[in-house]
Formats: sequence, structure tokens, C-alpha cells
Amino acid sequence: MATALKINGKQHQVDLPDDVPLLWVLRDEVGLTGTKFGCGVAACGACTVHIDGEAVRSCQVALSDVWGDVTTIEGIGTPDAMAAIQQAWVDHQVAQCGYCQSGQIMQAAALLAENPAPSDTDIDDAMQGNLCRCGTYPRIRAAIHDAASKLKEA
Amino acid sequence: MASVGKILRRTFLIGSAAIVGGVAFGAYYVSRPAANPLKPAKGETALSPFVLIDQQGVTLFAPRAEMGQGVRTTWAALIAEELDVELDQIRVLHGPAAAAYYNSALVGEGLPNKGYDISDFQHNLGEALGVLGRTLSLQVTGGSTSMKDGFERMREAGATARETLKQAAADRLGVDRAQLKTENGAVVAPDGTRIPYTELAEAAGQIEPPEVELRDPSNWRLLGRSLPRVDVVGKSTGTAEFGIDVRPEGLKFASVRINPKLGGEMKGFDASAAEQMPGVEKVVDLGNGVAVIASNTWLAIQAVEAIDVDWGDAPYPPETDAVFAEIAKSFDASPNSTMRDDGDVDTLPDGATEITVEYTVPYLAHSTMEPMNATALFTGSALELWCGNQAPTLVQIRAANTANLDKEAVQIHTTYLGGGFGRRGELDFGEIATKVAMAMPGVPVQTTWSREEDMRHDYYRPGAMARMRGAVKDGQAVLIDGKVAAQSCTQQAVQRYTGLPAGGPDKVLVEGFFNQPYAVPNYRMSGHIADLDIPVGFWRSVGNSHNGFFHETFMDEVAHAAGRDPLEFRLELAKADHAPSAGCLQAVKEMSGWTGETPDGVGRGVAMTYSFGTPVAQVIEVVDEDGTIRIAKAWIACDVGLALDPGTVESQMFGGMIYGLSAAVMGEITFSDGEVEQYNFPDYDALRMHNAPVTEVKILETNHHMGGAGEPGTPPSMPALGNALFDLTGERARTLPLINQFNLLV
Repeated sequence: MATALKINGKQHQVDLPDDVPLLWVLRDEVGLTGTKFGCGVAACGACTVHIDGEAVRSCQVALSDVWGDVTTIEGIGTPDAMAAIQQAWVDHQVAQCGYCQSGQIMQAAALLAENPAPSDTDIDDAMQGNLCRCGTYPRIRAAIHDAASKLKEA
Repeated sequence: MASVGKILRRTFLIGSAAIVGGVAFGAYYVSRPAANPLKPAKGETALSPFVLIDQQGVTLFAPRAEMGQGVRTTWAALIAEELDVELDQIRVLHGPAAAAYYNSALVGEGLPNKGYDISDFQHNLGEALGVLGRTLSLQVTGGSTSMKDGFERMREAGATARETLKQAAADRLGVDRAQLKTENGAVVAPDGTRIPYTELAEAAGQIEPPEVELRDPSNWRLLGRSLPRVDVVGKSTGTAEFGIDVRPEGLKFASVRINPKLGGEMKGFDASAAEQMPGVEKVVDLGNGVAVIASNTWLAIQAVEAIDVDWGDAPYPPETDAVFAEIAKSFDASPNSTMRDDGDVDTLPDGATEITVEYTVPYLAHSTMEPMNATALFTGSALELWCGNQAPTLVQIRAANTANLDKEAVQIHTTYLGGGFGRRGELDFGEIATKVAMAMPGVPVQTTWSREEDMRHDYYRPGAMARMRGAVKDGQAVLIDGKVAAQSCTQQAVQRYTGLPAGGPDKVLVEGFFNQPYAVPNYRMSGHIADLDIPVGFWRSVGNSHNGFFHETFMDEVAHAAGRDPLEFRLELAKADHAPSAGCLQAVKEMSGWTGETPDGVGRGVAMTYSFGTPVAQVIEVVDEDGTIRIAKAWIACDVGLALDPGTVESQMFGGMIYGLSAAVMGEITFSDGEVEQYNFPDYDALRMHNAPVTEVKILETNHHMGGAGEPGTPPSMPALGNALFDLTGERARTLPLINQFNLLV
């Protein structure tokens, strides 16, 4: 039985068992590979997407439980038209291997939507579920602060 | 011997070849100097390009694994510096697996010198040994060697291309080449007319490249500056392609389970339940494990976990305690190497105070963010393999042997690596994906390991022990006598890659141990190899990763025994032996405002490790917050000799430190019933945003030879933290991870 999903503003009909996690629907069925598989147990944040604007671990949301519109890293900006948060990531040269950064950016975007001027403690609280084995944390923190001030000016 | 370097540079041949609508400049694979690279002798492979220009534009090739260290950008900048192109106007590709992309620096690193005291003679000998990298087809990214390797050759490639394009323009305009300039992808005539390289490419393909001279560093416009990384936009928009992201037409998805008793056999399996599960297309018997090919990776993982397998035993002691008892036993045998033996350590100087201690560190997993995976398409007569890897020529050979094909029938596509740290220098993920795809000829199959499979089937950083004996007298270190014992990842890897047993002194086991730049008169350092069959491999900074902790924790203990400030004590010993190392210690002293005193509730520790040609000193500050200890601040100073991209060196330094601190705080792989007990990040975590320190990095450039950047940040982090905890609590950290002893913030 096909399940209807709205992803990045576009309707999709997905024919997969109900318990397949959204992560694997996105990656292997819809072809949106920007969302990454890291652990499968909500311990690393690499698979973070937004459902109705809320940051969620897509490896833990079964297809039949998707409760709203899905936004992935591809949905917030493109190389030619980056979102402010993505531009901040580029300006601060955050990425090293880059594998976790889609999840980091989606988590940070949700933080800024809720809290336009986060403190360091706010950033610690919001971002500590997102693992980065390259240790890019100092630049992630700087990029979030920078994006916050740019969004305030805008 | 002074001429060795020159001869070698000539044997690295920059040639050119006409291609459809353009020209390629690159390297020929030759076993001896050849007069004319345009006419390679029979049996020599064709040109492997570093620069390719056609009507579509300019493409540079950086055939080194981009695993986060910025190599693709800096390697391209070496070419672009001489070629006069802008990095945002061109494409940078990895290119195919090719012997001509050998790593000249890697093998030279094996010389049994200390590194920091390397003479010009040895430096040239190291370059000479680099030829071995070519004859062994070692297209390898590792050992923090990429910049040492590419520094001259890539600038020559760029300069050769530039001068050939200028010659093509000179011929067209009827002027002398010397009258022409180049900028931003074009030749500029004396009257200001610009001719884009793309228009000159076809004609350039018909011209023999002229002799070139490299520009003086004072004229560099790209090198020595922090450049925007060529991969940063892709990695900020989800569009950079990792191995797990390749999507060839008709792709199927697989997952795998290999015996968790590592190296044990598979006695049999029952897949009847798995075969009935949704999406399952095929169950594959891999001999030592099973795989399931399905329509979706998650369905494949569910099915492969539903297979009932009868696993054979592991070929090593099944419990951690027994493993370490085996490591300790190797101290009783004669050492594999004694690469430092200065003075007389057997006689305790009159009036000296002796100290002896033992240290232990655990096995560690690489734990890259992207789990192991590879994608293969087997047609019966050919194989295509896509994966992030650190050794494409070795992957190619392994895949060819697996599929019973000639090497030439195997095409390797190297993608971005979602972390390497040494793990992706192994060949297992490529071999497994090849076997899985062979079960479904004509269909591309992506084999992705679950995190649990990845964590429990690593080539681990070996667990290691050290027995240290030292003596102090009148506030001075007068004797250091150290022994380290661990499995040899070098010997195991040589056997794994070549099938041949390896022997001889293992320098990697004792790096960071025997070659530290401290002037101690009686100084002996030995390595003992533990005979165990646990799979071990190259973990960021390799031997330095345990030896840095052993050596620098011991230096701290010796300093305290001598009644000295641990930073001043090191500084004095380093000044006498290696000025750049002393310079790093001096720098962190100033950056941190080190006084030797800290307020109540604050502790500071220092450590310095010389590794991969680069000394790195770190000061770490820990703070007691109501009984929980937070790693608050870190100061890092390194001397890489020449920082080709300071922004990248900085990120490698703090990233390498955080990788080391993560292991020091909580990294531990243990064994029970022959199986690794850690399954996923909750059992094997790392530092995160809230517990990583605020960090300041200083890059020095006084070192005579260019050093590496990707690994040297890791070794000093672990002892610096342990020493800081001693300063805070008075308790000495002699085993890792520290979370077993201290209430650190996790």
C-alpha cells in the first residue's frame, strides 16, 4: 500500500512496509541522499530532518508515523541558493569530512527558528545530540552565532 | 648524494598528451628515467593526468583521499599556484586508481631515524626510498604525507602546463613565450589580449612541454593562505557524494554480517526466515559471513540480522584480561627493536632517585561517521567499484583477485570519505561488496554495514602497555628506560595486503616513543611485539597514539619527581635537542599564560609529541564544576615548517586533538566470549558540542622540513588531559579511558 509523503514541498507516493524508517525512505526510495545514516539508534544526529519544522532523527520515525511535511537538507537551500545557515557553514569553513554536517545544519536551523539569539549554553543543549568525529565543534558554534546575527540583520 | 633528489625529480615525468579537443598534463609510470615521456616504452601505462584542459574548461586531479583533511583543496592549490587558475573557476576530481599517483613520501617515512634530527643525506635517502612507493603502486593517503609528497611534483605539473599553453599562444601570436603572462585561466599578450586556456588546449597538445622553473614562494598568491575548500559548498548542502550516496541505475541495497568472533569461521547458517522477509531478493554466503541483497538498505539489515548463524571461535583469548595478559607476556621476550640506546641505562647514577611505573591503554575503534560501505557492479568480465578509500590501487588489486579478473578490468571510483582516520586504508569493505555484487551479475549492489557491524569489525588501534623506568638527580632527568608492548599493526597489515609474512624491526610500534626530542643522557626505548590475532590497523597517528600518552605522562611524573614545573622541565630538555619543539612549548606557555599555578578547582596539564615531522604542544585546562570535571580550554602550538593552508592546518590540529581527547575520555574496545562488547555510539561515544574545549591554535613555521598536519594533533591530547587531571586531583592517570577513574562531563 502506498503512503503519501510531502517532502521539500513535493508530493511522493512511497510503496514500502509501514515500519521502514523515514531515513531509508528518503535515501533509498526517494533518492535524497543528503540525509545521512550514522547509527540507526538516534545517537548521532546525522539523519536529522524537519517534520513540520521540528528537528527529528529520521532513523527513528517509521514511514507510517510521519506526521507532517518533511524538509531535508536539500529543501532548505541549494549550492546556487544557500540558506543563511548554510552560507554561515561555508563562511566558517566548518566541514571536514562533512558526513555529519547535513544533520548538524538541520539541527542548527531548527534551533535558530526557535531561538534567534542562542547563547553558548543554548547551543550546547541543542547540538549535543549531533556527533562529529572530525571535531568541527568550534566552527559549528561560530557559524551558528554568525547565522543568528545575520538573520537578525535581515 | 645531493644529486639523488634531482635525479628523482627527473624520474617523475611530467608529460603531455593530446586528448579530444584538448590536452592533458600528468605523470607517467616508469621504472627508470625515460628520455621522452611522450613516447612511453612498451608495457608502460598511459599518462595519468593532474591537469586536463579542453573546450569545457580546466580540470585538476587530486588523487588523494579527501577524508576531511582538505587535501583536495590544497593539492589543487599546488597546481593552481603555478598554472594561474582560480579554484572557484575549475573542477577538481580524484581520478582513477593509477600507479603514477604513487605516494613518494610514505615509504621514506620508514627510515629508522628519529625524524627531527634528519640530515640532508637522510632526507635525500628518504626521497630515494620514495621510489619504492611508485614501484609498489602505493597510491595511499596516510601517514600525514600528502603535502610532503605533492609539494614539488604538483607545482611542476602546474608550471609545465602553464608554459606549454604559453608556447601555444606564442606560436599563434608570433611572439616570444617570455613576452606572455598568464592569469585566471588565460594567457595575456603584451597588448592585453586574453586567450583562455580552453582555446589553446588543442594546440598545446601538439607541443613538447618545455623545461620549467618553479616560482619563488615570495610570489605565491594561493599557497600559504587559507583558501575556501573546494568541497565546502557540497558538504554544506547535502550534495557532496560519499560512497554511501552513489546511485547507479538499477541499484540494489545489501547488508552484511561477518563472524563477530573476529577471524573465526562460519560453520553454517539458516536463512529461511530472512528469505521470507519483505524486500529480500537474495541471501549470499560469503564463506565467513552472510549478506542479504534487498530493495532497501534497512530491509537488508533487518533480514541479515534474522539469519541464524553458527559461528566458530575467535583465534585469540576470548576475554580482555587474557588479551592484556598476553601483551604483558611479550615484555619477557627480547625486544623487537631498540631504536634509541643512548648512554648507559643499566647503571643508576650515584645519588639519583629512581621511579618505575606501568601504563595501559585499550583497543580503540576508528568509528568513522559514515559506516563502511562500497558499491559494486560485476558483469562477469569487468568490475566497477565505488567507495571512499585511502588506497585505490590496493583496493583495485584486492577486488581483481576477489573477482578473478585482471587489474585492468577493475575500475575504482573514489568518492568523498565520511571519515577515514586509517580505517578506509583497509580493503575489507571493497572485497565484501565485490563478493556480494558477484552474486547478482549485471546489477549494481551497494553493501552498507550497520553501525554495529562497523564498530565490531574494525582493524582496531592495538591495546598497549608500557613499563617505564626513570631517574632524576638535582632537578634533572638523568635516565629514561622504556618498553612498549602491543600487537604490530605494520606486520599484520603487510601480511593482509600482500599475503607475505612481515618481519624486522617495527618502527611504527615505537614511533612517538624512541624519537622524542628531549636531551636525556641515558635514554633507551624498546618495542615488544605481542603475538595475538586480533585484527589491528592504523588509527590516526598510529603508534604515536599510545606512545604519546606513555612518554608524556611519564615525562610529567619525572618532572614532578625532580621537583620541577612540567612545562619548564620539558622546555629545558627540548631546547637542547630540537628548537622547533621547544618553540611549540614556549608558544603554549605564552598562549595559556602558564605560571605553574592554578586556582582551586582548576587544573592544567601540558604535553608535547613530535610525530610525522611536526612537533605539537598542547596545554589543557580542566575545571571542577560541583564534582563534575569539564575540559574547559585547550591551547595548541604546532610547527609544520610550511603551512600551505593555515586554515586547514588549524582545523586538523583542533580536530586531531578532539579525536584524541574522545579516546582519552571514553574510548575503549573490550572483548567477551571473543566478541567486541561495544555495538554503537552509546557504548563508544566521543566528545560533543557541550564537552569539547574552547581551543586556540598557533601555527609556527621554523621547522627545517615540512611536517604533516592530519595526525600530529592527536598524540599529545591524551597525556595533556591526564596531566591536567593530576594537577586538579593529585591522582595520576595511568590507564585509559579516564572516565573509569574520573568524573568527567560526558
